[in-house]
Amino acid sequence: MKQNSVVSLKDINFKYSNEVILNNISLDIYDKEFITLLGPSGCGKTTTLRIIAGFETPESGEVYFEGKKVNDLPPYKRSVNTVFQKYALFPHLNVFDNVAFGLKLKKLSKSEIEQKVKQMLAVVDLKGYEKRPVRALSGGQQQRVAIARALVCDPKVVLLDEPLGALDLKLRKDMQIELKQLQQKTQKTFVYVTHDQEEALTMSDRVCVMNNGVIAQVGTPEDIYNEPANAFVADFIGEANIINGIMLEDCKVRLLGVELDCVDKGFEKNKPVDVVIRPEDIEMVDPSQAKLVGTVEDVIFKGVHFEISVRCNNCQWLIHSTVSRKVGEKIGMRVDPFNIHIMEKMFLNPTNDIITEVYYSDKENNTTTILLEGSEVTIPDTFYEEGAKLKISLPPDALYIAGDGVGQLDEVYIESVIWKGEHNEIILESDERKWIMQSDYDEQVATYVPICFDFSKASVSEVSADED
Amino acid sequence: MKTKRPAIPYIGWMLVFTIVPLVMVIYYAFTDAQGHFSLEPFQNAAVYSEVFLYSLWIALISTFICLVLAYPLAFSISRCSERSQSMIVMFLMVPMWMNFLLRIYAWVLILQNYGPLDMILNFFGVDVTLIGNSGAVIVGMVYEFLPFMILPLHTVMSKIDSSLIEAAQDLGCSGFYVFRKVVFPLSVPGIISGVTMVFVPTASTFLVAQYLGGTQFMIGDVIERVFQSDHNTGSAIAVVLMVVILGFLVFMNRFGDKEAVNG
Amino acid sequence: MKKLRSKIYFIIIMAFLYLPIIYLIAYSFNDGKTSVWKGFTLKWYTALFRDSQIMGSLYNTLIIAILASVIATILGTAAAIGIYNFKGGVRSALQNVSNIPIINPEIVTGVSLMLLFTFAGVMMGFEMGFWTVLLAHIGFCTPYVILNVTPRIRQMDSSLYEAALDLGCTPVQAFFKVVMHELLPGIFSGFLISFTYSLDDFVITYFTRGSRFQTLPIQIYTMTHQRINPKANALSALLFITVIVILLISNFASLKKSKEAAR
Repeated sequence: MKQNSVVSLKDINFKYSNEVILNNISLDIYDKEFITLLGPSGCGKTTTLRIIAGFETPESGEVYFEGKKVNDLPPYKRSVNTVFQKYALFPHLNVFDNVAFGLKLKKLSKSEIEQKVKQMLAVVDLKGYEKRPVRALSGGQQQRVAIARALVCDPKVVLLDEPLGALDLKLRKDMQIELKQLQQKTQKTFVYVTHDQEEALTMSDRVCVMNNGVIAQVGTPEDIYNEPANAFVADFIGEANIINGIMLEDCKVRLLGVELDCVDKGFEKNKPVDVVIRPEDIEMVDPSQAKLVGTVEDVIFKGVHFEISVRCNNCQWLIHSTVSRKVGEKIGMRVDPFNIHIMEKMFLNPTNDIITEVYYSDKENNTTTILLEGSEVTIPDTFYEEGAKLKISLPPDALYIAGDGVGQLDEVYIESVIWKGEHNEIILESDERKWIMQSDYDEQVATYVPICFDFSKASVSEVSADED
Repeated sequence: MKTKRPAIPYIGWMLVFTIVPLVMVIYYAFTDAQGHFSLEPFQNAAVYSEVFLYSLWIALISTFICLVLAYPLAFSISRCSERSQSMIVMFLMVPMWMNFLLRIYAWVLILQNYGPLDMILNFFGVDVTLIGNSGAVIVGMVYEFLPFMILPLHTVMSKIDSSLIEAAQDLGCSGFYVFRKVVFPLSVPGIISGVTMVFVPTASTFLVAQYLGGTQFMIGDVIERVFQSDHNTGSAIAVVLMVVILGFLVFMNRFGDKEAVNG
Repeated sequence: MKKLRSKIYFIIIMAFLYLPIIYLIAYSFNDGKTSVWKGFTLKWYTALFRDSQIMGSLYNTLIIAILASVIATILGTAAAIGIYNFKGGVRSALQNVSNIPIINPEIVTGVSLMLLFTFAGVMMGFEMGFWTVLLAHIGFCTPYVILNVTPRIRQMDSSLYEAALDLGCTPVQAFFKVVMHELLPGIFSGFLISFTYSLDDFVITYFTRGSRFQTLPIQIYTMTHQRINPKANALSALLFITVIVILLISNFASLKKSKEAAR
């Protein structure tokens, strides 16, 4: 496998004005494959593409092109061409001159250029449009010109930065198929960036799911869908029921107070895990025949299947089925052990643990103040001597987003939000650490929020100085 | 396109032809003829404080007249169709493209003794001297800078949506009330830039007074005269003028910000 | 009623702006030196064309205007791109310094450059003249180019530049083949403003020209300062017609362009 990789990224780090955009990314892109970089906005997928194109230079790490290090090679010397998000057609040139732009720079003969451009325009179905000004073209046609312009230069690798983002749904679907066919016909490596999981699954040979500047998983669309590496991937790709569970032993997991058989092994005993079950993998049976029993709350017809929402032990489950159920009906839910996916928690500790010293304390008001990332945070109804070493354990529900915009910790980044049946599990990142938070509200990923702490839910204890 | 290098020649240019000359003016303003530090230039400049105040006074009156003349005109232009608006704006700009000395010279011809206006007034038995006084200077200034008031006012007013005015009328506002509550607040940025664009050059211009004002000079004329013999005093006056203008600009900016917040 | 009132007002203002110029032009055909009409003549025009000094100044003015506006356009476009790539405080500081010649009273810019050139002249042994005027003109034109080009840079899709690099352009090629086309309207209007300002400038030229170098505005000054000279009227007529022709052409061009865009 190794020898036919066209582009490989090794331990790439990239920062933009002190914000980490890419965190130690390594990726091999193979010859003639269609690989998609998939992830929510702000995950670093476009930056990765721009590093391959040569528009950005990584802070550290290496970029190899056919085995040669190209970190400092400017874009115009790379055998890579890009299809830009908003096409970036040159408005002062017509269709022919846009497509011929790269060839003219290569100093090809006039007749050769003409022949190549004509041929390429035929490939993208734009025969006879040569003399049109690009402004006069529709979005889909502009898109084809942009693709033709990149392909005509005969690059090893074509980079596509959300090229279908500006098109309407119908056209987008058509173009997806066309692009895939084009890639197969031209036998070129396509690196495709999108935030649309469906697009990624339809078109790609391999999908690279990214989140917060790291690669969450790389694999074929089937792998990614069926064996998501973590709760984020499961949540991002398709629909999934993600529930907190505890791994009792190999092949045995407990969730919502019920023990279920599964096929995963090798976890520590009693380790908290995320359990992922796809909605179409749940079989509805008579309540007497299943361990999990719930009540139908809602049924929506989705064209090919029914989306059935079931409440079971305070937890909301989503089921896709070809048969409908009545609202209020009691049903049993059975899942094949093979379809229960166990994955390591993204946030390893179940609580947020802080070890710190008391900054100052106030006996009269019975408060203790600690210094948290430079700001003073006061714990009410607790008194410890100044300088005492404390261990504070904040459970996920002790954190909340300040509704009035003034937090005890400001500018905290929301890294992921995953619906866990009963509530959202939110992973936050402040300047120095990550936090796990539980919330009933939907929060916007990749935004900054102020957070507060409810110390009445926390456990605070003094630790002796030598203990760490 | 990410490189800063293309700016290097101009940064060097600014250093030599903008910063250094200004530093030299300030240096001269604070030294005597022998090059020693001295406040003497400013003491000498104090002689001209009356001229200075006179210049500011003329500038103030001219700016005010420009504003009063331009405001209704700019408003009625802004309510015309877009096509005729651009036509009218072009007509307003044409006189501005004429050399400013020739425009002042035209007024010399019109206002001079036995000139056309003088003759007409004489015919009616009115015997006044039209040229060689502050009135003539103000007329010249208004003529010179009126377009500078109309154009920014028009730019701002043409962006006021007609439906806004209609909505206000629809809600029962009287004509004046509509003006006070809708048109005026929205036109404040135009007033500010118009006033700035008229006041700064009128206060500092030179030659207009020499052409139309007879013996009454303005500060620009003084700077020119004094510079011919005494760079230090001339620099001191220039520094004072610069500081006053700068103060005025800061004041107008503040005023604009405050209005923007209130509005 | 209201419409009529604003129409009359509009006509009055237009008359105020145009009558002096029309009067000026009309009297260029007067066979006499006073404001009394003595019959039609073209003698002032023939005198104008025979006046080698005036023709010389016209030549100087054109040379200075062409050189200054071309150099300012190149310098300013490069500077606009470079300055745009600076961030935050440095960028606004550079922009502010660049705007000094626009904000500062012209006369202060004039005398400050005079100080610089006299000083440098003494040090390096040259006299003020063509070169100092050219430098001064480039200095006050460049900020206008920057002001016109910067918004175009801001509006430009930066991926156009990247697309050019991607297709094999070096940064310099990418500028000339792609970026420049996008900035062209701004570059062109910057050039046009520079050209007209340079043609028209009196104040700064007056202070930097030394004793012998003449431009048309300087010539106009010597012709009209404290006396009546019908040759100046004839010159006004010619300048006015030139301005109108240029405006008509540029308006026609932009009209054609907007029609094309509409199609």
